[in-house]
Amino acid sequence: MVRLLALMAFLIMGAVASLAAHAAGVPKPMVKVEGSGQCVAATEEMRLNHMNMLGHQRDRTLRQGIRGEKASLIGCVNCHASKTTGSVLGKDGFCESCHSFAAVKVDCWQCHQPKAGHKTAGANGAAGAKQ
Amino acid sequence: MTEPNDKSRRGFLGVAAVGAAGLGVAAIAPGFHLIEVSQAGAPGAGVSNKVRWGMLIDTTKCASDCNACVKACNTENGITETVKDPRQGSQWIRKLDLKDPKSGLTHSLPMLCQHCEHPPCVDVCPTGASMKRADGIVLVDRHTCIGCRYCMLACPYKARSFVHIPLTEQNPEVPRGQGCVESCTFCVQRVDKGQIPACVEACANAEHNAMLFGDLNDPNSEIAQRVAQVKTTQVRADLKLNVGVRYQGI
Repeated sequence: MVRLLALMAFLIMGAVASLAAHAAGVPKPMVKVEGSGQCVAATEEMRLNHMNMLGHQRDRTLRQGIRGEKASLIGCVNCHASKTTGSVLGKDGFCESCHSFAAVKVDCWQCHQPKAGHKTAGANGAAGAKQ
Repeated sequence: MTEPNDKSRRGFLGVAAVGAAGLGVAAIAPGFHLIEVSQAGAPGAGVSNKVRWGMLIDTTKCASDCNACVKACNTENGITETVKDPRQGSQWIRKLDLKDPKSGLTHSLPMLCQHCEHPPCVDVCPTGASMKRADGIVLVDRHTCIGCRYCMLACPYKARSFVHIPLTEQNPEVPRGQGCVESCTFCVQRVDKGQIPACVEACANAEHNAMLFGDLNDPNSEIAQRVAQVKTTQVRADLKLNVGVRYQGI
């Protein structure tokens, strides 16, 4: 009986050890959060629901003209763009690092501007026209 | 896809009324509260069909050698790309020179999306991407647009363009990209902040003042008063689209 218990204990310990080793071996995405301050929601909620928040907000803003909502893609970019590249894309970019890890393709950036505070050549139409 | 929802708007007004009562703001008498209709759309509130945005273009003031409106549109909306075939370039607004062959009388005018009350582009869109906001601004929802270009065929004003190449230099407030149809938005990103479209501002800055933007539904607005006083023309009025852009002098 003692032998059996010892064997079981050994097996359980082995299983726990191998699980721990396994967990340590899983590669994790390198997400750099460079923006200071508070996000619009808790980290856990953002991780789970950011796509839903943005998806619903975009329809309300475009179709009903509701501006200034909590979630906005421009808001994401302004806070999370890399200090070095100015963008949320790129290898260490806030969006791309996690999305390439999870193999989830994002189409946002085919139309939306991934750089914070980006100004097109002579943007602010009126200022450009005065010159 | 979300359609303008009367129920939620009513809900908002209810909340606004309670808020006004709580703060004692705009209370005429106990139980009666004046809720002002904001033209620019207060934060959190959607646009209202009480507003009908429109434009009046005075062709007698528009100079044929001036394209300040086109330039301003391109910079405001980030239309900076060059395409191999000029026919494929995006044109949200373009200058036209008209000549009456009999009298030789010439006109110059900007042509843009006419923001119809009954837009053919919205009628034909197979996905519901082409849409009209409650305040009369006709837009393309690029999230839903599949780039079929049916709306380009349907538009009597040739107002829409298709983006043929990948883009990277968008203005953050004006997302645009390959594979979607696009057109003048009345600078909706500016209008929602209470500003006027970039072309109208540029026309005034160029001291032509040929373009006037405002709320056609507001009898006190300059545009409504001008439209009530002088004869204005809707291009292709025979189509009965009741356009939002009117021309004076053609």
